[in-house]
Amino acid sequence: MFRFFVRRVIGAAVILLIISAVTFFLFYAIPRDPARAFCGKICPPQNLILIRHNLGMDEPLFVQYWHWLVGIFTGRDLVQFGQCDAPCLGYSFATQESVFSAIIDRFPVTISVTMGAAVVFLSFGIITGMIAAWQQGRPLDKIASTTSVIGASLQIYFVGPIVVFFVVDSMGLLPRPSYIPFTEDPLGWFVHLLIPWVVLSIIFTANYTRMTRSVMVEQLAEDYVRTARAKGMSSRTVFLRFAWRGAMIPIVTIFGVDLATLFGGAIITEQTFTLHGIGELAVRAVQNTDLPMLLGVTLVGAFSIVVLNIVVDVLYAFIDPRVRLA
Amino acid sequence: MTLPSQATTPEAGSGPSPAAVAGAGGSPMVGRSPAQLMWRRFRRDRTGVTSAFIVAFYFLVAILAPVISMVYGKDPYTTYGQNQPGLLNDYGYPILPNGGVSGDFWFGLEPGLGRDVFMQLVYGIRTSLSIAIVVTIITTVIGVVMGIWSGYVGGKTDYVIGRIIDTLLAFPSQLFLIVFLPVVEAAVVSPEEETPVWLRYVSICVVLTVLGWATISRLLRAQVLSLREREFIEAAKVTGASPFRIIFKELLPNLWTPIIIQSTLALPLYVGAEAGLGFLGVGMTEPTPDWGRMFLVGSNVYHQDITYLIFPGVSMVIFVVAFNLLGDSLRDAFDPKTRR
Repeated sequence: MFRFFVRRVIGAAVILLIISAVTFFLFYAIPRDPARAFCGKICPPQNLILIRHNLGMDEPLFVQYWHWLVGIFTGRDLVQFGQCDAPCLGYSFATQESVFSAIIDRFPVTISVTMGAAVVFLSFGIITGMIAAWQQGRPLDKIASTTSVIGASLQIYFVGPIVVFFVVDSMGLLPRPSYIPFTEDPLGWFVHLLIPWVVLSIIFTANYTRMTRSVMVEQLAEDYVRTARAKGMSSRTVFLRFAWRGAMIPIVTIFGVDLATLFGGAIITEQTFTLHGIGELAVRAVQNTDLPMLLGVTLVGAFSIVVLNIVVDVLYAFIDPRVRLA
Repeated sequence: MTLPSQATTPEAGSGPSPAAVAGAGGSPMVGRSPAQLMWRRFRRDRTGVTSAFIVAFYFLVAILAPVISMVYGKDPYTTYGQNQPGLLNDYGYPILPNGGVSGDFWFGLEPGLGRDVFMQLVYGIRTSLSIAIVVTIITTVIGVVMGIWSGYVGGKTDYVIGRIIDTLLAFPSQLFLIVFLPVVEAAVVSPEEETPVWLRYVSICVVLTVLGWATISRLLRAQVLSLREREFIEAAKVTGASPFRIIFKELLPNLWTPIIIQSTLALPLYVGAEAGLGFLGVGMTEPTPDWGRMFLVGSNVYHQDITYLIFPGVSMVIFVVAFNLLGDSLRDAFDPKTRR
């Protein structure tokens, strides 16, 4: 267990290093001078040089990357902005705010959106998939598979406004989607995020329905199910107590893979419902070519995905006793 | 040339196949190639044929956009609503109900600018579909080359390509899609200048390709790994066939099925990804019509004019559903062993 964990953490660190390096070096392909933006309209050359020096931009690229990397762990003194504490990702060129605190501010929004949606699509997808497998070949199964084909083909940015238009504008059933911190008002948090969750989970639910159905069908043909049946257990018991456990294993695997897609979906969802999460931060940073912000968002995004993947792998060992993490 | 699939397909398809049953009735047994068998199976699949027609319709619309524009008598750039009085009200919304749908403007008018929605959509489909097709072709080619290369050569090459694929798949791709677009463009034009349309087009294709080839490549690598150990490859090696011959004459014919199925399933994903870029405001820029950007406009005006959003939305859902169903039917036709 310990060795497995160490190996995975090292692997994750390498991937993060690659991602940050690729992003960092690619961005310097942009022939653009952020120092000029700070300098103002009338810019004496010596000021420009000073600002460049303060931003650390007069050094070779590798040195700059190194400083940036070390800054994450030890903090650094950015003369232009002042002292930047330990997890230092620099300051935004566009808004001058600290990248790290900007991300931390918005993190709860993105986490609420993605994890809430995950709960919705996992429960819905698995339940409908199980019903479909239970009702194999019967009308309910057909309905489930047809709905999932259509569901998988829907677009968040199309369904989102439509749902808001009908549910909020016309019928007034729910308030307009926004983010209210869970700690302030749990009910408000739930009610205001319900539409984003459902809309984001539509595309995923379909996938999980299909997958659950097919793994359940596979599981029901396994030897242990036959043994259980031969021993006189009712189909219902076999189904509800044994088969679904076997089916969970591939579903957890796919869920781990889907995390990156889910984060991508969150960007679109946040934009659709104008929620101020990390995705919205990223889109705005792209529009402003705000290098430190983009680097920070990319790194934090990749970091969360990599960490969650390790969590999923560990979870795996608990679900599937055959997996020995060595 | 040996085709292991030949050994399996006839027996799997023989159940309902009239050719096998007809033997007793006097007419001689007809030998059919796997492609013919596939075509016969596909033709019988009503869902598949219908979806194929719908998909073909979209392709025709995209190709014939200028012709449609000529017949319809309007173009996607003219701001009809602003030029002619009586079409838009003071707030820029169509005066006629349902977004200004009328005999003159079949799908209504765009709020604000007052352009023709039907033409916007037709040309938007043309833009998005052509990007998706280009990306699908390039990713497939790269994916096939890398997949066969790493699977067939193995060893260090396989390790390196494998790690590259792993890293690419670990990327939150939607984020990288929007992050790398300005980078690719900046490599050619400085950000202060106006980005030419062709450059935006090319950079969208490049970014989608770079992030897209890994999936198909990984799949093909696995296929090649299992094929490599098969007897017919060994036999070819023993008879002294060159790697070139083995790859093109022995391996590739066995890979067509996954290649075609994968690219069919990938194309609607790229349409969606391109439209997503348009929606986030980092895709094709005005005035080039774009399917995805219509959603961006739509999401700003839907409180007053939901009709504007309905047309691009419904047309995209129909397209993606048809394409996915077509992909499923193709898979069934190519590989009758897999029952979903």
